Amino acid sequence: MALKASELKAGDTYTECLVEDLKRTQIVQYAGASGDYNPVHTDELFTKEVAGYPSVFAHGMLTMGMTGRMLTNYVGDGRLKSFGVRFTSQVWPGDTLHSTATVEEVNDDVVNLKVETANQDGTVVVSGYATARVNV
Amino acid sequence: MAVDRFPVEASHIMMFARSVADDNQIYYDEEYAKETEPGGIIAPPTFAQASAQFDPDYFLRPKVGEPWFGSGGEPTGIKRESSGGGGGGGGGGGLHAEQHFEYHRHVGPGDVLTATTGPGKTWEKEGKRSGKLMFSESVTEYRDQNGELVITARGVGVRTERPVDQ
Repeated sequence: MALKASELKAGDTYTECLVEDLKRTQIVQYAGASGDYNPVHTDELFTKEVAGYPSVFAHGMLTMGMTGRMLTNYVGDGRLKSFGVRFTSQVWPGDTLHSTATVEEVNDDVVNLKVETANQDGTVVVSGYATARVNV
Repeated sequence: MAVDRFPVEASHIMMFARSVADDNQIYYDEEYAKETEPGGIIAPPTFAQASAQFDPDYFLRPKVGEPWFGSGGEPTGIKRESSGGGGGGGGGGGLHAEQHFEYHRHVGPGDVLTATTGPGKTWEKEGKRSGKLMFSESVTEYRDQNGELVITARGVGVRTERPVDQ
């Protein structure tokens, strides 16, 4: 399932649907697993009345975590060397996210990928990069 | 953040994988994982963030005997001049702006990590949707039971003057 350098070229893409109609319960699940219990992710009353947002919203790290799933499905288990993102827009309950890895270059046994996750309106919510070890 | 002991455990990896809706059996099934290239269960790529569970001072977790700023009978349990902060959200508080990981080795159950965080750069920017943005960076080094560096994490938090316009 590992990628082969000789079969990769710049511009190749891999896309996955990360989530359809994101549920508040999944955000709660992520809070519990990660230990980040910031009420803006799970507490509608606090988020609307104190924080001033229209509803709870996903942890950036939940979107990054699901984006990581797309990456490991593409490059294989234990192959990532680096993975970094900027959080460019908030993710809300009800959002549907798709994530794409695009090959930028292949150097010997390392592939450089551009990584982008966007919502149902095409707004980019996570933008970043990854590098992974590939077979030669 | 300083974490003296972050034991990587199979059940925690399972719960974390479930939360990011990842059904790759390498995170759940030891027998399956034996046949994979890593040769055993490994942690998903962003799992190191869950070290918050082992940080005794992590402020985004309710603690026994301490007030909590989430809602109870009232929208917030305590009065604060500005809610949220740090890596979290909140009215005019902090949001997570960037996160980067470098993997020197992929960790799995049995590894016992430590994490030490040092401050990085800070900078400011004028934002269109939320007023002045104040960025601060931190670098966390995760080391294993042998003192070997296994993950380097760099986070950037941003505090906004007011909630981000929608």
